[in-house]
Amino acid sequence: MRYLDKTVVGLSIAFLVLLFADFFMAEWVRFMGLQSLARGAVALGLLVLWRTGLVSFGHALYFGIGAYAAAMLTLVGYHDAFFLVFAGTLASGILAYLLGFLLRRYRGIFFALLNMAFSMILYGVIVKTEELGSTDGFSVLAPTFLGYAPEGEAVQTTLFLFTLFFTYIVTVGVHLYLKTTLGGMSMAVRENEIRVEYLGYSAEKVIHVKYVFSGLVAGFGGAIMALAIGQVDPDSMANWNVSGEFVFITILSGIGNVAATFIGAFVFELIRTYAFEYAPLFWQLILGGSLLAIIMFLPNGIWSLVDRLRKSEG
Amino acid sequence: MQELIVILVDGLVFSSYLFMVAVGLTVIFGVMKILNVTHGSFYAFGAYMSATLIGAYYETDWPEFGGFLAIFAAALIVGVFFGIVLERGLLRFLYHRDEHIIVLATFAMFLVLEDVLLMIWGTDPYFAYQPMSLLGSVDIAEMTFATYNLTLIALAVVVGLGLWLGLTKTKWGKLLLAVIFDREVSQAMGINVTMVFLVTFIIGAIMGALGGAYIAPTISVSPGIGVEVIVLAFAVVVIGGMGSIPGAMIGALLVGISRAAAVHKFPEIELFVIYAIMALVLAIRPEGLFAPAQARKI
Repeated sequence: MRYLDKTVVGLSIAFLVLLFADFFMAEWVRFMGLQSLARGAVALGLLVLWRTGLVSFGHALYFGIGAYAAAMLTLVGYHDAFFLVFAGTLASGILAYLLGFLLRRYRGIFFALLNMAFSMILYGVIVKTEELGSTDGFSVLAPTFLGYAPEGEAVQTTLFLFTLFFTYIVTVGVHLYLKTTLGGMSMAVRENEIRVEYLGYSAEKVIHVKYVFSGLVAGFGGAIMALAIGQVDPDSMANWNVSGEFVFITILSGIGNVAATFIGAFVFELIRTYAFEYAPLFWQLILGGSLLAIIMFLPNGIWSLVDRLRKSEG
Repeated sequence: MQELIVILVDGLVFSSYLFMVAVGLTVIFGVMKILNVTHGSFYAFGAYMSATLIGAYYETDWPEFGGFLAIFAAALIVGVFFGIVLERGLLRFLYHRDEHIIVLATFAMFLVLEDVLLMIWGTDPYFAYQPMSLLGSVDIAEMTFATYNLTLIALAVVVGLGLWLGLTKTKWGKLLLAVIFDREVSQAMGINVTMVFLVTFIIGAIMGALGGAYIAPTISVSPGIGVEVIVLAFAVVVIGGMGSIPGAMIGALLVGISRAAAVHKFPEIELFVIYAIMALVLAIRPEGLFAPAQARKI
């Protein structure tokens, strides 16, 4: 190979290090890592959309569908993680494909709010469904992995490996996709859609593809989250402020690089966990304060720090 | 028949409530093009401030009807204070940024204010029932309704008419319309856009706070009331077309009456119906019912 992609190399190294570290990590670090990977996956989908200039305030819809689809399958006796996560991802993907026909016509704030409307419909349905535990949700049993049924800490260790593996593949895939012509069109669509159309591309198709993809990864994140926490409930999986948190992670990370989303998701998880631990009454204040600080002083997210470092070296 | 009247009255009351919380949001969006999530905080602070002031007022032995003044005082205090602090202290640094970033900044501020609220008032609920019990109840078609709730309808009509007249018949309103139409040209014509923005934001904030302040006697004022209200207000504003005051009214009526019907007929779809209408309206009229046409830029 004439040229090695730095991001792919970096992702692969991170993948191997985390793979190895999984067996030594403290339990709470792994738990945070799992949540970061799950939320990071959603943020990855939002990054892809954001490249086209679209922001969704409703991706809790796909996150929630993924989580509830996986959780509901455990109720009827399916416990294999591969099957559950696949089903959750697919369910969200199908919904995103269908809604995509409508949503691809919208831009700006209307795209954001129509997404929010759909996510609030899901929220309303879950809250009013007694069979699904209404606002309390219900708990999800520990999954098995192709017949292997780990117990105790081994559940989380295996789930982490499982999640890490798929996240790695998806992230590298997204990175390579963004470098293809179709992926490159996204910036063009953001800058000037009409000119893109004159060049013979369909802006709506570009957006639809991205939208389905963002739905798929959000469903994946949701299913992982349901298995990691062992519990699903509407307020932490489908309410509008959950969607807000996903956009928060995207802003925190910046849209410069796919790897940044996971760093951003981890930083988000750190802020949240520590704020909750040491200032349970003020964790929203700390969260909101850091978001404001990022918007004001680091407009391109954490990744701009990396860029700055590179420049000062070069 | 009776059920129909209940649905209609409940619907009108709920619509008026929605209009009160949505109209400030739509005014701010119309002029400043900012979707302001902190509107939910204005509402919550308005409610808490009103509950506190009403409580304090009825400790004294002043005339009982003066309690209503406490409500309006609460709205003014909260609206003017937060209006100035947020516009001058935060938003003016963000006007040149992407619209989504501004929404996120107000979302962040909303999170911060949620906890500030807890710091000031704690987690215990507040009750300020006095103005409500003062007015008693009336019978309509052999059914009893709280008079206080019905006054909400009158308040919404007054506020709506006032804003509409102010906007179309006064000099200030004309300046505002000019800024809505074209910010840059109005600035070039000598309109003090900075001032227009500040005043608009304060008026919008007062409206949001008034919504909360006036509803406070009818609810238990407890943490988290702002979270629910802000999405409802979004739905109303989007249905009507963002920035349009008649739109906010139609949106509020549509959402209010359908929700009242759902509550009485099919309680399972109560939450669902609001956002279903929002999605449906957007699917048919992508920018809401009363949104002005936009030029396509090439």
